[in-house]
Amino acid sequence: MKDEFDLTPIQLDALREIGNIGAGNSATALSQIINKRIDMNVPKVAFIPIEDVPDLVGGADTVVAGIFLRVYGKAPSNILFLMPQHSAFYLVDTLMGRPRGTTQSLDSMDQSALMEIGNILSGAYLNAFFNFTHISMLPSIPALAIDFAGAILNVILVQLGQMGDKAMVIETEFLAEDEGINGHFFLVPDPGSLGTLIKAVGVE
Amino acid sequence: MADLIKVGMADYKVGRSPSTLISYGLGSCIGVSLYDPQTKIGGLLHIMLPDSTQARASDNPAKFADTGIPLMLNDVLALGAAKGRLVAKLAGGAQMFAFANATDIMRVGNRNAEAVKQILRKNGIRVIAEDTGGNYGRTVQIDLTNGAYKVKTIDRGEKEI
Repeated sequence: MKDEFDLTPIQLDALREIGNIGAGNSATALSQIINKRIDMNVPKVAFIPIEDVPDLVGGADTVVAGIFLRVYGKAPSNILFLMPQHSAFYLVDTLMGRPRGTTQSLDSMDQSALMEIGNILSGAYLNAFFNFTHISMLPSIPALAIDFAGAILNVILVQLGQMGDKAMVIETEFLAEDEGINGHFFLVPDPGSLGTLIKAVGVE
Repeated sequence: MADLIKVGMADYKVGRSPSTLISYGLGSCIGVSLYDPQTKIGGLLHIMLPDSTQARASDNPAKFADTGIPLMLNDVLALGAAKGRLVAKLAGGAQMFAFANATDIMRVGNRNAEAVKQILRKNGIRVIAEDTGGNYGRTVQIDLTNGAYKVKTIDRGEKEI
């Protein structure tokens, strides 16, 4: 079997650019909602052994809030937005107009606010993606969990694990101006979707 | 001080008393332990998927229940454990996100648990404790001085099985 992950530097650059545009759009959306400047890093596009993916967010036992969306369309993928628990609490405080530090656990209203953030970020990301690739990608409704990063990442890793030992991740890190909120946005194309994406950006 | 040996995803480790084997943040994955109470030799395996024959390609047998369990079994026997005395415990197999139209792959936790028990049975190893299912992650560890298997969660405390 041809290794799907055998990409040229130009193809990797193209994927990074896609990630950049998508994440830029998401960061703008988030920034407008919470009225804070959001910085983001240059997206990492990497093929890494599946078992190393949890290390990207501080290890498998880090407690995080994870918002998961399945992406349907020509290039089925998964989106996962992971935030350290304290970031998620601060974000909820900001959204609800409460003083920082108020939230200590999430009631159903808080959860729904976080899921809505997941919705907005993914929508912004995928929209930018569409403008670039003309591949329409439709997100499912979001699902939320607060748990070990390893356990949450499991959801996407098992799907990749069926096909091989490596994961292709397009990852961007967000950081709010006062450093109270940070998060990792992952776009993980299904095995097979990668070819479609590469073709769409015209660097086959 | 006793060793704390980390077992990664799709990996396994074997050892003897007084070591402790630990694996962090299992979701749908399963932590399978084997333990011989007399020699105090045991192992911990962190599998992701039930069946290697349904996978496209993999160079890592420890990722699957059907190939990982025999591998760990061989290693604990090589260390000096007796097969007749080995007992197994398992934890994990959650479904982290409940979707109305959950696909098969999202219910993999269940299938993992079933596969693990079936393969252990086929190898003649008794399962004496189990903590599987639910929608939450687990960190698991086995203390090889006494075979105690600890399961830690975020909202549901910690228990020993």
